[in-house]
Amino acid sequence: MTKPIALAIKWVLIVATLAGILWIAAKLAAAGNVTAVVVAGLVGMGVLAVYATRRAVPLKYLVPGLIFMALFQLFPVLYTANLSLTNYGDGHLNTKEESISDIIAQSVREVPNTPRYKMSVATKEGDSADTGDLVLLLTKPDGSTFVGDKSGLKPLGAAGIEKTPVGKITKAPGYTILNARQVNARKELQKLAVPTSDGGGVKPVGLSEAFEGKSTVTYDAKADRLTDSSTQPPTVYEPRDARWVSTKDATQSFPQGWKENIGFSNYTRILTDDTIRSGFIKIFIWNVVFAVVSVLSTFLLGMLIALLFNDPRLRGKGIYRSLLILPYALPGFVTALVWKGMFNQDYGIINQTLGLGIDWLGTDFGAKAAILITNLWLGFPYMFIVCTGALQSIPQDVREAATIDGANAFRTLRSIIMPLLLVAVGPLLLASFAFNFNNFGLIYLLTKGGPFNGADTSIGSSDLLITYAYRLAFSGTAPNYGFAAAVSVVIFLLVALMSIPGFRRTKALEEVN
Amino acid sequence: MSTVNAPVPTDPRLETRVESETGRSTPSSPKRSGLGGRVWWRHALGLVALAWALFPILFIWSAATNPSGTLNTASLWPSGFSTANFNTLFSDSSRPFWTWYKNSMIISFVGAIGAVFIGACAAFAFSRLRFKGRRGGMMFLLLTTFFPALLAIVAMYIIFAGIGDALPSFGLNTLTGLILAYLGGALGANVWLLKGYFDTVPRELDEAAIVDGASHVRIFFTMTLRLVMPILVTVFMLVFVGLYGEFMLASVFLTDVETQTLGVGLYGMTLGNNANELFGPFAAGALLGSIPVMLLYLAFQKQLVGGLTTGSVK
Repeated sequence: MTKPIALAIKWVLIVATLAGILWIAAKLAAAGNVTAVVVAGLVGMGVLAVYATRRAVPLKYLVPGLIFMALFQLFPVLYTANLSLTNYGDGHLNTKEESISDIIAQSVREVPNTPRYKMSVATKEGDSADTGDLVLLLTKPDGSTFVGDKSGLKPLGAAGIEKTPVGKITKAPGYTILNARQVNARKELQKLAVPTSDGGGVKPVGLSEAFEGKSTVTYDAKADRLTDSSTQPPTVYEPRDARWVSTKDATQSFPQGWKENIGFSNYTRILTDDTIRSGFIKIFIWNVVFAVVSVLSTFLLGMLIALLFNDPRLRGKGIYRSLLILPYALPGFVTALVWKGMFNQDYGIINQTLGLGIDWLGTDFGAKAAILITNLWLGFPYMFIVCTGALQSIPQDVREAATIDGANAFRTLRSIIMPLLLVAVGPLLLASFAFNFNNFGLIYLLTKGGPFNGADTSIGSSDLLITYAYRLAFSGTAPNYGFAAAVSVVIFLLVALMSIPGFRRTKALEEVN
Repeated sequence: MSTVNAPVPTDPRLETRVESETGRSTPSSPKRSGLGGRVWWRHALGLVALAWALFPILFIWSAATNPSGTLNTASLWPSGFSTANFNTLFSDSSRPFWTWYKNSMIISFVGAIGAVFIGACAAFAFSRLRFKGRRGGMMFLLLTTFFPALLAIVAMYIIFAGIGDALPSFGLNTLTGLILAYLGGALGANVWLLKGYFDTVPRELDEAAIVDGASHVRIFFTMTLRLVMPILVTVFMLVFVGLYGEFMLASVFLTDVETQTLGVGLYGMTLGNNANELFGPFAAGALLGSIPVMLLYLAFQKQLVGGLTTGSVK
């Protein structure tokens, strides 16, 4: 029977966990994320059900891992699949309602002779000054203070606020006020507009003032149309392809669109858009070539070195082995970045030592060669060790039998040693292929997928599918998350298709007892 | 689904390397003097192989200790010894090298401890307890290792941006957020490795303890965990090394210079117009950054070998 102390510890832990979950749920509720609150509640009930009772002993050990796996591994995968069916990305980040209120707030024009606000630009406490959402801290001429962001204008309590003599807020609890340099770095400030309840908005003027004005755009909810009265005659905009497009001129539209389900459009785009499709096929071919050549070259070099040292008379094998392992013991980012320096066209030691003038990282062929050479250096120690182990497990009498039968050294290698070696390391070669197929770190650190000389400048000549998807999502001026997610799903399917044969052969599956 | 979250399993190189290394039969005593007879050519080619393996490492050393510290003056052979690059590296306040170092160590250490604990718990269940879906669960874990989680990176980014809105200390640009993301892959191939070793601990020990009135909790924490310590150390090392070198998720999550890891920070030094001038300090940082992993590798080489053999061979 459980001792009282153990029981106490158990309940303290359960209560602490539940308190933590409750705290998280409260924060999530405050942020208005209903789904997340429900998930937190379910997790809490699950924890209680599993740990408070005497049942479900296996689950007691599996739940910690399962929770993390479900939240940060399985859910992201499903979410990716879901994203790939949307147009989520630059210009389509918000809901339709948000796009309407943003457009209305953006169209605010200053009404002459209205008083201006004193303005400080801030972020929420804890947010980054470079990327956190911008918040405006405003002071009316009468001294009342407000806080405004994309969602609207709210009064700001006077407690804890410090102001300059002219009324500009210098300190407010819960917010970090940016200095002039930081504000200057945030170009999106000039596009920020705070909607007010009467259909107008507050917009910044310069870095320390803001005005409140009337909007020129109005929304007709019944007809689902936006009307801009600043033009003559007023322009009417209708929703089309997740954007507001002018009814007269289809090329005229607002930059603010909304997120929308677009079915399989992202997938059909991969298949039908000529530049993307040809680029995609190009990337895929190079991706397979890269993985295959990497595996074969590292295996061959590793095996040759292993054969070289596979002689019982040879001394100092331990020293050789420790030194040959060193490339493998360096962190991957160090290796890739150092090779990047060595491949520099003008100053790199490879060109200097060998007297070459090759533009390694700037030409298609050079970049691919550089990547393969680097990966050969990175990967051969592993193959060397693997092959050494496999060679030593081949019984000596088999070789002796071959010698007695009159086979020479090469014949023994080809007909006896190689087949036995391949049986032993075959699964490892497959695993190495799968690893290299998505070897993001090497490519990204060495060439970033470039150079970009092709017809479509979004596709680099040393891109893998994974670096391509990454760039679509994270490093362009117009990120397209939906499309990047679709590319990711396609990679998933390709990896799955290619792994099925290897997976079937995996003996490990049969060993579960 | 595991390359990012569990960088270890999908980097199969390390584990299998050691595994097979131990499969070797102990070398028989040399019949002849090593340098005599027909083995000299093996040494000659061996030296060539060593030169190939070591020249970039020599280059890092030369570049790090090079007095002028730019890429164009860096040479393969050390041209004198100077700590100028190290001084530059440590004094640049826009590139807080020691903060990066600390961040990398925290992330790798906490992430590895968490992964070992989660993995050990799951392995105990799979090895010692009988339940429905046990076999299916193990297969599922193996299946997930075939699909790298970095493919879901867009979703991870959006999810953690959302978490950050509600809980700023767990969102993007925080070490805790990144560690949580890594823990998503704590199950996976690790559990296979752990379970293999757990299976080698005789069940009779458990049965004896049960007869003596011990609960499963007591057996797990006071008995099993101690008996499987070698594999716990091994998995800790593998996860530590994997997280230490992880770049993709870290680069997406950590955009503030103060929260960055060594990999992301050093990568930033190789970008931009002054990359050539910064090459010396970069090499100095790379040299220092390589030390933890190399030390771990050297210190635990034996334990790694021991842990993995028993785990894989049964």
